[in-house]
Amino acid sequence: MDEIDHGRRRMLLAATAAMGGVGAVYVATPFVLSMDPSEKAKAAGAPIDVDISKLEPGQVMTVEWRGKPVWVLRRNEQMLKTLPELDKFLRDPNSDELTQQPVYTKNPQRSINPEYMVMIGICTHLGCSPTYRPEFAPPDLGPEWKGGFFCPCHGSTYDLAGRVYAGMPAPSNLVIPPHHYVSATRLLVGVDSEVI
Amino acid sequence: MLDSADIQLDDREAIKRGAKLFVDYCLNCHSASLMRYSRIAQDLDMSSDEVRNQFITTGAKVGESMKVAIDEEDAKRWFGTAVPDLSVIARARGVDWLYTYLRSFYRDESRPWGVNNSVFKDVGMPHVLWELQGLQVPIMESHTDEQGNTSERIRGFKLIEKGTLSASEYDTTMRDLVTFIAYLGEPSKLQRLALGKWVLLFLAGFLVLVILLKKEYWRDIH
Amino acid sequence: MFDKISRSLGDLREWADERFPVTAFWQDHLVKYYAPKNLNFWYFFGSLAFLVLVIQLLTGIFLTMNYKPTADTAFASVEYIMRDVNWGWLIRYMHSTGASFFFIVIYLHMFRALLYGSYRKPRELLWVFGMLIFVVLMAEAFMGYLLPWGQMSFWGAQVIISLFGAIPYIGDELALWIRGDFVVADATLNRFFAFHVIAFPLLLIGLVLFHMIALHSVGSNNPDGIEIKKQKDENGVPLDGIPFHPYYTVKDMIGVVVFLIIFSAVIFYAPEMGGWFLERDNFVPADPLKTPEHIAPLWYFTPFYAILRAVPDKFLGVVAMGASMVVLFLLPWLDRSPVRSIRYRGTWFKLALSVFVVSFVGLAYLGTVAATPLATLFSRIFSVLYFAFFLLMPIYSKWDKTKPLPERVTGK
Repeated sequence: MDEIDHGRRRMLLAATAAMGGVGAVYVATPFVLSMDPSEKAKAAGAPIDVDISKLEPGQVMTVEWRGKPVWVLRRNEQMLKTLPELDKFLRDPNSDELTQQPVYTKNPQRSINPEYMVMIGICTHLGCSPTYRPEFAPPDLGPEWKGGFFCPCHGSTYDLAGRVYAGMPAPSNLVIPPHHYVSATRLLVGVDSEVI
Repeated sequence: MLDSADIQLDDREAIKRGAKLFVDYCLNCHSASLMRYSRIAQDLDMSSDEVRNQFITTGAKVGESMKVAIDEEDAKRWFGTAVPDLSVIARARGVDWLYTYLRSFYRDESRPWGVNNSVFKDVGMPHVLWELQGLQVPIMESHTDEQGNTSERIRGFKLIEKGTLSASEYDTTMRDLVTFIAYLGEPSKLQRLALGKWVLLFLAGFLVLVILLKKEYWRDIH
Repeated sequence: MFDKISRSLGDLREWADERFPVTAFWQDHLVKYYAPKNLNFWYFFGSLAFLVLVIQLLTGIFLTMNYKPTADTAFASVEYIMRDVNWGWLIRYMHSTGASFFFIVIYLHMFRALLYGSYRKPRELLWVFGMLIFVVLMAEAFMGYLLPWGQMSFWGAQVIISLFGAIPYIGDELALWIRGDFVVADATLNRFFAFHVIAFPLLLIGLVLFHMIALHSVGSNNPDGIEIKKQKDENGVPLDGIPFHPYYTVKDMIGVVVFLIIFSAVIFYAPEMGGWFLERDNFVPADPLKTPEHIAPLWYFTPFYAILRAVPDKFLGVVAMGASMVVLFLLPWLDRSPVRSIRYRGTWFKLALSVFVVSFVGLAYLGTVAATPLATLFSRIFSVLYFAFFLLMPIYSKWDKTKPLPERVTGK
């Protein structure tokens, strides 16, 4: 029997294993990527046109974008005035967590036009959709309540700029989707500016 | 007895010209509802705006599929049959058939639209391209089959009314159209062919390695 | 560093072995499973069949994520996979090509058994489990072919289910029950989907497991058809046996890579295989009011379909087709030769096997063409020869002049 050349054996084995490993990764790639959103889902997730001309002050409208509720809240003078007063109760009053909004809405009102607040109506805790509670100091929300959003699932509360109150299960402010104004009364949600 | 379409699927300009013909002449009645406009943009390196301006006549969004404006029931009434969707027609019929079909309409007054087709007998479709091709009549010949039965069959065509294109220009135009329809049938074919050689190359390399490995181990066996 | 890692891996293995027989399993079925050292390329097809099974299961799972099993949406959802799903076209072509390759591999695997008498005692059950896998695989493929809901899917299913109608008394009721409607319809599609993605794959996996258990209990046959367990060394290891791992694992890898090269060539360059793997008419959505001009089952069913058509009576045709599969099960008991392998058989068996191959391939071809009088005549001749191969086997295999068997296997 010839002497077994262990070095050569180990080298060939390692090379085969390495190449087989690379091949396996190549084979796995299409399978993994096939679970990403399809062209159909992407097309359905295209930016949507929102007509805000009929929205009254204090009213909120819900539109669907990528299957999620997007709220457009028209805030009146009084509502806007309460915002700075609440800063001390909030977890992130200055919107320092940059992933929660586009740069052009990192301001005290969290909006392009202070009057209109656009945000995704999904609680940042576990994905329920909070309810709009504009009234002042209702019995269940306490005397400090100045209007905002309340998540029925685990009780997280947000103010009228979608900023989360401190001490709540939700970790961060409501997400603001990319959007811009096509005209004074038309809003395009889903894209930063007019390039599609 | 079909004519060879002889298309070049990698000729993007031909596909673009064909796409234009398709939306101008076919898409009025035939849908291609399994195909998105955005896919054309992607595969032919066009911007969304280019695709919108050149190919979208129905007001559809770029992400939407190539649907038609006409009502299915209306179409059934007008043409006597449901108008087929053309998304995968090239895979069902083959490109040679399509190329021959588009060039084989001839005058036949007995038909509702005044035309018939030599590869699709009593076709329900009017000759929508007649302005380009002109109008032709068949040249008949008698044919005797194996059992000795004699019948008349079409040998060729003669143009009786000129179209805006010459015969060879019309053929080229139809080749473009068929190229697009072939692309439409399987848009991933270009990717498929491009990827194939790399996969085979990788496997060929791997084969050398496993043969060496096997030989090394089997030196033990006598 | 490496020492440390290998030591802790060793500890982990020890920990696991006390709770689950990992090492014992590895040893029993790979390192101490002794296979004859003279296995040739025909022995690749077993491991390749297993590979195709894995490919089909994997691609099938991912196709199921996007396929929609209703009459209104099935056709479009397949094209949705082909166009809109990322890499969907590749996954779908792997599955459709895999179906045909499954049968190519299985037919070659079965032919190997015929060549070397691998079904002979004590491997009768191994063969029977294998045959059950073949039958279940045919059902699996047939049901899968309905799912794209094209014209061939629809009319193929219509014709095959109507075969059940040939059974006396209960036939029509039975066909109706299978379809769940008066023609092949939404209900049929939906239940075939359930069978195709759950019931039959489970059955297949179970049968494959039985096939493997039987194989590892009796051991592999070999091209000489002699029992390697008869000649053992002092440790009880067969003299002509070599550990499956590493010798056959590295050898099978060559088979796997060659297979993958051919498989990929088809997927990337000819996924329709000129209409043999994906038929043209199946790119037309199912239309219950219009039959395509020429319907033929996919190529892997055609030998049996040709036998069906060769018989001029509906019921007897179905019986003949069924019988053509039943005789395959009986093979271990029909063969009376003192030797197993074709290498030591006489002229009669070689002649009979050649005639059988010609008839089988002939029937496969005839099943794809229109039933002209000439085609029907040939179908009948080949059908008779097909059955003669089996039914006369007890006679010619016994009378055949065989060559003396060697003590040890020949070649390596």
